[in-house]
Amino acid sequence: MLSFAIHRFASLILTLLIATVVVFLVLEVLPGDPAEVMLGINAQEDTLAALREELGLNRPALIRYFDWLVGMLSGDFGKSYTYSVPVSELIGERMWVSLPLALIALSLSTLIAIPLGVIAASKRNSPRDVGIVGLTQVGIAVPNFWFAMMLVFVFAVSLRWFPSGGFPGWDEGIGKSLNALVLPAIALALPQAAILTRIMRSSLIDVLHEDYMRTARAKGLPVYVTLWRHGVRNALIPVLTIMGLQFSFLIAGTIIIENVFYLPGLGRLIFQAITQRDLIVVKSVIVLLVAAVITVNLLVDLAYAVVDPRLRRR
Amino acid sequence: MKKPLLSIRDFHLDIGSAPIIKGISLDLHPGEIFGLVGESGSGKSLTAFSAMKLLPHAASPRGEIVFDGQNVLDLDDKQMCGLRGRQMGMVFQEPMTALNPVKTIGNQVSEGIRWHLGIDAQNADKRMRKLLGMVGLPAERFSPGRYPHELSGGQRQRVVIAMAIALKPRLLIADEPTTALDVTIQAQILTLLKDIVKKQKMALLLISHDLAVVADMADRIGIMRDGAIVETGSTARLFETMKHPYSLNLREASTHVPVRKTKPVLSAQSKVPPLLSVQNLVCEYKLQRKKLFAARPVVKAVNSVSFNIYPGQSLGLVGESGCGKSTLARALLALEPPSDGHVDFMGQPLTHARPDDLIKIRRDLQVVFQDPFGSFNPRRRARWLVGEPLGLLGKEISKAEKQDRIVDVLDAVGLSHNDLDKFPHEFSGGQRQRLAIARALVTGPKLVVADEAVSALDVSIRAQILDLLVALREKLGISYLFISHDLSVVRAITDEVMVMNAGKIVEQGPTGDVFDHPKHPYTRLLVSAAPNLQQALKRRRKKERQT
Amino acid sequence: MSLIKARLSAVKDLAGRSLHSMSFVIGGTIFALVGLMAFVSFFWTPYPVDVLDIPAKLQSPSAAHWLGTDHFGRDILSMIMVGAQNSIAVAIVAVGIGLFIGVPLGLAAAVRRGMADEFLMRFNDLVFAFPALLSAVMITAIFGPGAVNAIIAIGIFNIPVFARVARGAALSLMTREFILAARVAGKSRTRITVEHILPNIANLLIVQGTIQFSLGILAEAGLSYVGLGAQPPDPSWGRMLFDAQTMIGLAPHIALFPGMAIIISVLGLNLLGDGLRDLLDPKLQRRS
Repeated sequence: MLSFAIHRFASLILTLLIATVVVFLVLEVLPGDPAEVMLGINAQEDTLAALREELGLNRPALIRYFDWLVGMLSGDFGKSYTYSVPVSELIGERMWVSLPLALIALSLSTLIAIPLGVIAASKRNSPRDVGIVGLTQVGIAVPNFWFAMMLVFVFAVSLRWFPSGGFPGWDEGIGKSLNALVLPAIALALPQAAILTRIMRSSLIDVLHEDYMRTARAKGLPVYVTLWRHGVRNALIPVLTIMGLQFSFLIAGTIIIENVFYLPGLGRLIFQAITQRDLIVVKSVIVLLVAAVITVNLLVDLAYAVVDPRLRRR
Repeated sequence: MKKPLLSIRDFHLDIGSAPIIKGISLDLHPGEIFGLVGESGSGKSLTAFSAMKLLPHAASPRGEIVFDGQNVLDLDDKQMCGLRGRQMGMVFQEPMTALNPVKTIGNQVSEGIRWHLGIDAQNADKRMRKLLGMVGLPAERFSPGRYPHELSGGQRQRVVIAMAIALKPRLLIADEPTTALDVTIQAQILTLLKDIVKKQKMALLLISHDLAVVADMADRIGIMRDGAIVETGSTARLFETMKHPYSLNLREASTHVPVRKTKPVLSAQSKVPPLLSVQNLVCEYKLQRKKLFAARPVVKAVNSVSFNIYPGQSLGLVGESGCGKSTLARALLALEPPSDGHVDFMGQPLTHARPDDLIKIRRDLQVVFQDPFGSFNPRRRARWLVGEPLGLLGKEISKAEKQDRIVDVLDAVGLSHNDLDKFPHEFSGGQRQRLAIARALVTGPKLVVADEAVSALDVSIRAQILDLLVALREKLGISYLFISHDLSVVRAITDEVMVMNAGKIVEQGPTGDVFDHPKHPYTRLLVSAAPNLQQALKRRRKKERQT
Repeated sequence: MSLIKARLSAVKDLAGRSLHSMSFVIGGTIFALVGLMAFVSFFWTPYPVDVLDIPAKLQSPSAAHWLGTDHFGRDILSMIMVGAQNSIAVAIVAVGIGLFIGVPLGLAAAVRRGMADEFLMRFNDLVFAFPALLSAVMITAIFGPGAVNAIIAIGIFNIPVFARVARGAALSLMTREFILAARVAGKSRTRITVEHILPNIANLLIVQGTIQFSLGILAEAGLSYVGLGAQPPDPSWGRMLFDAQTMIGLAPHIALFPGMAIIISVLGLNLLGDGLRDLLDPKLQRRS
């Protein structure tokens, strides 16, 4: 188990390193002159030169890469060109919107999906099952940002139960801030929940056909007891995989949803940075998000071993 | 006469609109073992599941299954749950899948105890340990905290048995309890079952496809075919008075020995050079790393094996699962390179042969695999599939000749040219195995490796395929390397036999000699463990005379 | 026991089959209609989409404008028709990229194992770490926004998806005896891959293709919505929703209809995929 964890951790570091190389190549080497990208083609030659000097673009790419890497390891993500503040400060600020939003959405979708999946699978082809499957079919097809707009229209514009956008900041009170996150979290969670429900359902249906379910019945356990004691845990294994893969969609979703609700999170930051061509911010935020995806996938792999003893020996 | 514990009366079972069981009746008395024998699709397993009322959703049962005075078909699930595990226990066919992989064996054994008796964890734990000890898994050596994947197939089956007998049920149902196990393990499990049934005075309903196993175990036998019991009676007498053509056929097929016209080819007397010569062959494979920086552990699946096959000879290779016989076969077919040693075929080196030479060698060296379902690409027609090895001949023969060959070879294995354009799924299991033989023969090989070629077939089909293999050998003069775990099959078809255990050939010689007078302890163990219908019947007759 | 299972699943199949062929027919019909709509829009739309008619702005659905007009007075139905072109084109090319690069990669990894396999797995890990949105962000930051960005970003993400499906399916086929038999019959790896493996995984690839197609439409809409995809004045569903956002209180219908267009297309494709999965699941391949 320990060697499995170490092995996975090593491959995480490797993937992460390659990811930083890719980001660096695309954003600093591919465009030729990042300074020109940041200032536009009509920039004066002397302002360009000044920016090159400021960013150290005159040095070889390899050295710049290592500087950047070492800097990030010590928490120094460089200084935003447009905001003139350290990027780490910007990220630290914005993360307290994005992270809670993603976590609330993730918990919400799991809490909805697993019971629904179990209910559907346990009575296959019953009206209840057909209803749930139909709902998930639609849920998957709904773009989360459109759903968010509809939520805004109904619950913010018409009913005025929730704010239609913006974020007061955690200093203004937890209740108020959470209130601002309710609609975004729902908009993110429901399409996710639809996918997870389907996976949970089909996974459990597969498990129900397993021989050990019949063994449990032969012991004299009623259907529902075998379902919960023997079925659900085994069915969770493939669900975990999908949750890991879904996390990257969740991040993408968070970025988009922040734009619908004007939430000052990482997603807004990244779009403001693009419009202002602030490559330094773009670079750092992307690496951060990529690291988050990779780390979550590692956690999912380790969670496997907890659920499935067959993997512990590796 | 005592009242029967289980009495099935005119029981029918339909699945959807298809009748599966068509009116069977049988009685099972306390302390008695009833053996239900039949080939696949006879409905014997569904009979077992019906007794526990563990039926597929679309099943509609009719008739009576009276257990201890009440018709289980009238009981609701709650009442059945009170009977299952408590009054009736069940042992399943597949020990590998019958246990929940994410729960410890101790937990799974004590679960039923706690559920039915409502006792606390500590007491249940005590009983669980005692039970595991009873089935040969004492807690000192086999911690109840283990997970199923940490046990072998035989050990898992012991756990399943422990679960089934946990509450001393009065009826035990065993559905092919040893089919998935090796013969030596099978013998142990059968002995264990017999002991438990005797000690606890249970009634046992034993389902099996194997006449020898049933004759050895059961007091009475029912022979089942197509959802009906065609003949039934006490074991020894039934075999003497058997009348129904199906029973007679089944009995014949179980001990079938194809008639051979030619004399066996023995290595010692052979004057020609061997067709295939294997010297000190070693096949290793690496396991997954256990520790991070340790070297990957190496397993010698085949450990310094040497033997010859002579022209026209049929050589058997027997051994239990994991002994290395399939790895050996793959090395001989140049599918996997050996780690050491070499193989010569018709005087040419086969190991490390150049691709061109390998093509020439493969014309003369073909293979028939075990699985009649997996050995054909489901998307191709018989014509293409059988003709596939003809590519080895390149342009030496014309397209028309190739077509002629395909037709001829189909004819030789007992299929017709009408079958040419069928897909694999349109053939039965036996026909598919004929098709596999046709494919192996189409290039006119000198040696055919048959890797468990009849193991997946029902006995009556198996007898036919064995006849075919013998007939083809006499007609075409080909040699066989016949790999099997089944001693009776190897005995029926080979001249000489090699016994393999843990990667080594432990004994080798003329088939009759080896099996009748085994010298190596492992061979002796194997021979004594193999179910033998004649001997089982002899014991039975003695017993029935005594009572 | 395997027999009981086989029978059981046969009965279930019969019950499920009609349901699944129904979803195939419904899904296929919906998607054919969307495709037809996109095709017709090349020649004809109820109103031109590049002419502004400010006085007619933000009209509710009426006989003249079935789905109403937007803030520039353009006909929403016409915009949706033309927008379908963009959605379909992006999704098709992105699926094509995934298929033509991912499948050979996956097959090579499965057939060759060893280093090739290890390389593919690391590559997959890497690409999976870059959601299409992040790739699009990077590309846009350098080259500026455009529909091609969306294609590349979604296409790259599709590569490991198809590679994974192809590899997994090929690996499970590789253990089947007919592959060994083909090797004994002297077939080369390449021929075995083409003759035996590809035909047997084609079903899976088709089904995955429809799934990725629908995901592509969703992703394209998302990218266009945040301004990383198709640019004005080219109509695209995502862009229409972006424009609608600020006016949702005034004229909710301009947000409603493009969203419905996305939902219906994606739903149709998903139904089609579900139906295909079942229809193509070969009885011949199933082992009893």
